[in-house]
Amino acid sequence: MEYNKIVIKHFSHPKNVGEIKNADGIGKVGNPVCGDVMHVYIKIGKKKMKGKEKEFVKDIKFKTMGCAAAIATSSMITAIAKGKSLEDVEKITRNDVAESLGGLPPIKMHCSNLAADALREAIKNYRKKRGVKND
Amino acid sequence: MKKLIYMDTENRGFSVSRKSEKIKEIYLDNAATTKVDERVLKEMEKYHSEYYGNASSIHDKGEEAKSGLEKARKIIANSINASPEEIVFTSGGTESNNLAIKGIAFSNQNKKHIITTKIEHDCVLNACKWLEKQGWKITYLEVNSEGFVDVEQLKREINENTALVSIIHGNNEIGTVQDLESIGKICREKNILFHTDACQSYTKENLDVKKQNLDLVTLNAHKIHGPKGVGALYIRNGIKITPLAHGGGQEKGKRGGTENVPGVVGFAKAVEIASEKEVGKMKKLRDKIINGIEKIRGAKLNGSREKRLCNNINFVFKGIEGEAIVGYLNEHRICCSTGSACSSKSLEPSHVLLAIGLKPEEAHGSLRISLSKYTTKKEVEKLLKVLPMIIKKLRSISPFGGN
Repeated sequence: MEYNKIVIKHFSHPKNVGEIKNADGIGKVGNPVCGDVMHVYIKIGKKKMKGKEKEFVKDIKFKTMGCAAAIATSSMITAIAKGKSLEDVEKITRNDVAESLGGLPPIKMHCSNLAADALREAIKNYRKKRGVKND
Repeated sequence: MKKLIYMDTENRGFSVSRKSEKIKEIYLDNAATTKVDERVLKEMEKYHSEYYGNASSIHDKGEEAKSGLEKARKIIANSINASPEEIVFTSGGTESNNLAIKGIAFSNQNKKHIITTKIEHDCVLNACKWLEKQGWKITYLEVNSEGFVDVEQLKREINENTALVSIIHGNNEIGTVQDLESIGKICREKNILFHTDACQSYTKENLDVKKQNLDLVTLNAHKIHGPKGVGALYIRNGIKITPLAHGGGQEKGKRGGTENVPGVVGFAKAVEIASEKEVGKMKKLRDKIINGIEKIRGAKLNGSREKRLCNNINFVFKGIEGEAIVGYLNEHRICCSTGSACSSKSLEPSHVLLAIGLKPEEAHGSLRISLSKYTTKKEVEKLLKVLPMIIKKLRSISPFGGN
């Protein structure tokens, strides 16, 4: 297939598959009609990071229906985000995900690379639940 | 700020999950193309190295090539109950379909209406769409849920401007085999030319240009263990057709260009060695696969069970996506294909699956398995062992996987 070995690995053995019961935030993106749907679940914790108490991604899981690239990007974003502070995680872009995977075929960059959006939705959902205004 | 890039330390010394690279691949994508038969290669070899002359040359070297070319023409003509002069060699199915459709359109400028179906191969549909832009009117016939054309609709759509009806014989995706005889009869009665694309059905289904009232038939070599880049178009005697490639008068002026003699000879050899016994063997394996896959929850067969190409299996699986299925199968060294949008350059799901009434979200989850005479029972058993596990795994990843 036209994917590199890192993509194939995350596709064949995706990390953090599943749902989190009582998740602090859930992000759902994509559309079955287009063939790609991602659900991202996050659990938020607090810990001291660089001397400051910060919110961080304590746990993250995903469920994805989609092609190899969709599954691989989902797996990769959970790997990137886990343990990181929310403010860092929010900065993760689609390109970061693709780069971490060693690149994606150009045609897959748009439709199957929804993982960053899903995670951002999950954070939004978490803040909304806590009554924090999203910008 | 430091870029948020994930360094996967486990990737060092990374190896694909394949147990061993030595495992031979299981090739189940024969509707895409087939392995060339050794006997075909052997026959072609002579026409590359020994009888390499130009079939149009008048010396002995040319005569050798010409003789091979004409012998091949006879074999192919005989196989469909045609006369040798009715066979025009081309570069393959795409060219034959283009020549049939555009060639007939250009020769019938006063009749600018063509009837085809919604389940044709891309090359037929795109040739028709191009003609539409040039002012032709194209009718795309509906098909039912099994992929059969409604002959009553065909009758209704034929009018005094109709020049050509083009309907695929055995569908390349879902394997549905149309009843050429009844369609041919309607067209002949109404005095309208009937073309069929028989790339997938050739040597597998009965093709008889006289009995089935066929005016133009597309054939090709690489789907039947012949070489790539060779095909033929049967053009019934007396039919005027405008060539697409003008050249030095080859193929009775209907297709210019030095004949691909090695390819044509290989094509004929492939036709010669094709047998009914192989068809029977493929049918048995096909049914074994269909019966096996039907046991998987949420799996649905596409196309007809009875009037189906002997080597075609096409299923949709609920809640998962086809490219991922093909990708996991590939990890097990099993080669198949899908009609999902992700696998196509257009990012559109298969037009054939949509035409038989599948919703886009269903069409994304399709898997096509296509057999050849080389497919073994052991390979089929491996597929039937691996596939349910793959479907289960993908469903465990999918939010719509169910329980």
